[in-house]
Amino acid sequence: MTADEPRSWTGRALPRLEDPAILRGWGRYVADVAAGDDCLHARFVRSPHAAGRIRSISAPSHVTVLTAADLAGLRPIRAVLDRPDYVTVSTPILADEVVRFVGEPVAVVLAPSEAEAEDALDEVVVDIDPLPAVLDADDARRPDAPLVHDADYPGDPNTVVDGRIHTPGFDEAVAAADRIVAVRVGSSRQSAMPLEARASHAAYDRASGRVTLHATLQMPHMTRTGIADCLGIPEDDLRVISPDVGGGFGAKMTLAREDVVVVHLARTLRRNIAWIETREENFLAAWHSREQVYDIEGAFAADGELLALRGDLVCDVGAYSCYPVTFGVEPLMAMAELPGCYRVREYSVRSRGILTNKCPIAPYRGVSRPVQVLAMERLMDVAAAELDLDPVQIRRKNLVSEFPHRTPSGLVLDEASHLETLQLAADMADLAAFRDRQRAARAEGRYLGIGFSSFAERTGYGTPAFAARSVPMSLGREAIATVTPGAERVICTMDPSGGVTVRIGASPHGQGLRTTLAQVVSDALGIEPSSVRVIDSDTDVTPYGWGSFASRAMVIAGGATLIAARELAERLRVLAAHRLGGLPDDIELVGGHARRRDTGEEIALRVLARDTYHNAQLIPDKGEPALEAVGVYDPAGTFANACHVAEVEVDPDTGQVRIDRFLVAEDAGRLVNPAVVDGQIHGGIAQGIANALYEELIYDDRGVLVTTSLMDYLPPTVAEIPPIRIAHLETISPASITGAKGVGEGGTIGAPAAIANAISDALSPLGIGVFHLPATPHRLRTAIREASRTKEAAS
Amino acid sequence: MTRSTVPVRLYVNGDRYDIEVEPRRTLADALREDCSLTGTHLGCEHGVCGACTVLLDGQPVRACLMFAVQAEGASVRTVEGLAPDDETLHPVQKAFWEHHGLQCGFCTPGFLTLVAGYLEEHPQAEEDELRDVLSSNLCRCTGYQNIVTATMAAAEEMRG
Amino acid sequence: MKPSAFEYVRPTSLEEAVDELAVDPYESKVLSGGQSLIPMMNFRLARPERLIDINRVPGLEGIAPGDERVTIGARTRHLTVQNTHLPGPLGSLLRSAAAQVGHLPIRTRGTFGGSIAHCDAASEWCLVARLLDAEMTVRGSRGERTIPAADFFQAIFTTAMEPDEILTSISLPALDDHHVTGIAEFARRAGDFAIVAATAAVKVEEGVVTGARVCLGGVSEVPWRSAAAEAVLLGSTWSAQTVTEAAEAAADEVDPPADSHGDADYRRDLVRALLPRALNATGAAS
Repeated sequence: MTADEPRSWTGRALPRLEDPAILRGWGRYVADVAAGDDCLHARFVRSPHAAGRIRSISAPSHVTVLTAADLAGLRPIRAVLDRPDYVTVSTPILADEVVRFVGEPVAVVLAPSEAEAEDALDEVVVDIDPLPAVLDADDARRPDAPLVHDADYPGDPNTVVDGRIHTPGFDEAVAAADRIVAVRVGSSRQSAMPLEARASHAAYDRASGRVTLHATLQMPHMTRTGIADCLGIPEDDLRVISPDVGGGFGAKMTLAREDVVVVHLARTLRRNIAWIETREENFLAAWHSREQVYDIEGAFAADGELLALRGDLVCDVGAYSCYPVTFGVEPLMAMAELPGCYRVREYSVRSRGILTNKCPIAPYRGVSRPVQVLAMERLMDVAAAELDLDPVQIRRKNLVSEFPHRTPSGLVLDEASHLETLQLAADMADLAAFRDRQRAARAEGRYLGIGFSSFAERTGYGTPAFAARSVPMSLGREAIATVTPGAERVICTMDPSGGVTVRIGASPHGQGLRTTLAQVVSDALGIEPSSVRVIDSDTDVTPYGWGSFASRAMVIAGGATLIAARELAERLRVLAAHRLGGLPDDIELVGGHARRRDTGEEIALRVLARDTYHNAQLIPDKGEPALEAVGVYDPAGTFANACHVAEVEVDPDTGQVRIDRFLVAEDAGRLVNPAVVDGQIHGGIAQGIANALYEELIYDDRGVLVTTSLMDYLPPTVAEIPPIRIAHLETISPASITGAKGVGEGGTIGAPAAIANAISDALSPLGIGVFHLPATPHRLRTAIREASRTKEAAS
Repeated sequence: MTRSTVPVRLYVNGDRYDIEVEPRRTLADALREDCSLTGTHLGCEHGVCGACTVLLDGQPVRACLMFAVQAEGASVRTVEGLAPDDETLHPVQKAFWEHHGLQCGFCTPGFLTLVAGYLEEHPQAEEDELRDVLSSNLCRCTGYQNIVTATMAAAEEMRG
Repeated sequence: MKPSAFEYVRPTSLEEAVDELAVDPYESKVLSGGQSLIPMMNFRLARPERLIDINRVPGLEGIAPGDERVTIGARTRHLTVQNTHLPGPLGSLLRSAAAQVGHLPIRTRGTFGGSIAHCDAASEWCLVARLLDAEMTVRGSRGERTIPAADFFQAIFTTAMEPDEILTSISLPALDDHHVTGIAEFARRAGDFAIVAATAAVKVEEGVVTGARVCLGGVSEVPWRSAAAEAVLLGSTWSAQTVTEAAEAAADEVDPPADSHGDADYRRDLVRALLPRALNATGAAS
């Protein structure tokens, strides 16, 4: 590109700036930091019992082992939400007297190498008196249930979140309905399972007394705050760096007890300490998600219009609250967003979070939405069948089509394209042609099915949205402990050579943000992305920010980046106008130059930059002798939307599902980098397929996790993932200053429901519907066998 | 139980490494810790994820399922040894870059060595065969679509 | 996930290997391809104090065809089996079984004999060995002996080999061209261990089954020769119907275990589904 060919960088599938180093094996992940360092390695002794009282922890004298008693000065982690129904529980840094799930850390050993640390682990003897455990959210609510925490529960035992909404006209709407359609859907526990498990390396600096923590994180600043709170130290004593991160998917936004220990040990022992989590530990203790059961009822008019929606939503949240977003994250999201992209005028919902003696839940890509969408999309298909409508018709009848739209839970849906993406998806799928194929296949005893899934993906939501989760009642008492994300602040600097650095509080881990933000900045400043360096994930050099999660970075950090870059551009125009004459508005920034539109006279930005720093006397109006602008953005949120279509074939003899086609009609607003957007969708869908068909964490009846290897927990390979076809619409919403909407979670949110509907469509001749995921071959074959028996008995 | 170390000579990416390791040191750990070649990643240490895949005498192996001492005298190629020089990428690396075949990059070294090793021996391989090879490794980010696209593009480039 | 410490021994002859193993047989393990042993060591489910690495012992690798029997060296890699063109029904069975063993980077290291000595009830080579009544030749400090497959596989991860014995070769009957062979597996993911696997070798002469071998994996602690299925097949007219009946008989006969991948009923259903697929895979039973 030359100065004569101005062209937008936004919208181009620019190969990522991050990639060359990674492709050469020069990426730097936490374990790589530890590999070159003479540090002590930590390994955690973990509880083999789901519930119990620790009698003793002992080890031979040559083994260095520390327990809760050795960490006496540390404060527990407290994740607080300001709601009357929320019960705050503390997470001790190491289990103190009691253990609450299998895999809970009870002690830490230290040794010069990982292998020797594992040798030491073998020599530690933990004596625990087992106590009765609660392993199921239903059992946990019974009056005589053992308590996971001795807390003051306002309602049923172990019930830590109990949210309700009931709109005034609900009962009347239900009474007016022609048909009530009820479905119960559920999801097994899942693991986000980033390919890089957790890891941390704390380096102690004798001169300053500071610790530098390298850890694999999505929220470096929040981690610094959390650890500093636990240790009772000023945040300045700790520098947190999240280097290259091998995948997060939500699992690396929650504060790890282990990371607190590692920093504490580095400070107290004045040694460098590393902890590299094993895959087995990652399954046991690095957060689970989505063990949920929803009972929902739709009240429909005869023409298919959904008049009212009732829901009773139960989320098993495990044994502790995740910091900072709390164990309210799943139930409260489910409650607020269940209606999704549908017009639901009347709504009655109760959503609960229930403690059990299992690994705590924390956000995983999509959080509750894969289950919410499963519930709504199964409801639509079941209702369509009862009302003799096709799946497209019933959705068309109920999708929100006027914007902004206020939902019964108070969310505002901004400009989107639900009807249009549905239509586009239906066109791509060619439903009529599929029905022909399906009929022909059925005649041969083959089971083909098609499933639709329409959804809205809430993205890029800042402080107002998170604040709405609270029902403030204790300001001034506990409010100090609550955490409400979050605005982003971006500092955009042009250095004397004309190079631009963008310092952000977001913390990318594979999303390509260094490239996409460079594209945004390049357009604003008329420079090339290769001259823009994005600096992130280091608390010493980046502005305080919330990191990357909840499909927020492109919207919020991108918006703040645009604001900062525009302000910097304006400064450059003022400087250029001063040099070239004319008004700042007459100046355009193109090809690394500031140019007068009328005369064509131009000056290189690097000359302006150099003079700004080195010849401040040339700056008009006593401006600052620096080129730096700060952008702050804190939006209420913007909804991306999409419609997924899955075509499957079910092998009735084995219960195996093969996905023949997967189609996506997506609307993520403006596509800053279409390749990156499609990559997010592909990856999200693969995880959605995994959720739908493969992945499931299984505990036995003693609360021992059975699925602790990749031979038992089954992330799909390329052989299980079909080619995915994506078509885009680009609705530009005023709710996002860049026009971009988030797209990090949509694939995972929409795919499970599309697959469940497709399998249900395939097996409809047998009267089988899929309501629990994953739909494993075992579950499907069992349903098919029972259906055949019922049929035989009937005939 | 012995903790003694043994001398091991490895030829990694054309360079000779004389290292002293415990017999229990896996090839992956030896590459990372003793040869300072941290491009080989460990994702599961039980042979399923494939992030540690390297080429041993030209053949793809799981470096977590081999002890370094077993590789005595052998030639090992890691991700760091794929590109001919600091200015040029290997055709597989180039294709992964151009087709957005990586996101977080943690699995990438394993995929690159797997694909480069296979295509160098089987440049005529077609998509079904390559998909079967690719099913050896796990990627959690990309949904594989762009890995397949990149692999096909690299195959075409390498066929010339 | 780092193994316990061990002493490493790398013999360069079979005699030396046998002698080294005899030093402390109960605390030693033979290291062949390592693709099952090393994961178990990384999980510390196996903690041998000595590893006898036989990878540099000559004479343990390769496939030697013969008129009556084919002999496969214990250390022959899965990939070598997959890429060796052995003619006839045995060759096609070995190649299709090899293609289903794990993934390429596993097949480059893992060995035929290692898999048999490891004795996982769902492993392709244990199934094939039991199916064809392979003979396992082992060497120990008391000399060499041959163990028939019927005696070899005793329980999960347990064979008739003594701790001081090394598996050196496996011999299989060369099947004449009247045989129909096949293997079908069901795993949830490409390359995974089968939940259930079925393999069969059926001799068909002039449309009548004159020899029948059926072996199932994943339905018991060791590879399961299905007497019931073989009885249905033997002497019957060769047809898809016969195969279906044999599968039905096999499913009724077995008493499979349950785990997170499936209960006993599901495994019986897989037997019903897979045995016909194993035999139809050759196209002969249609």
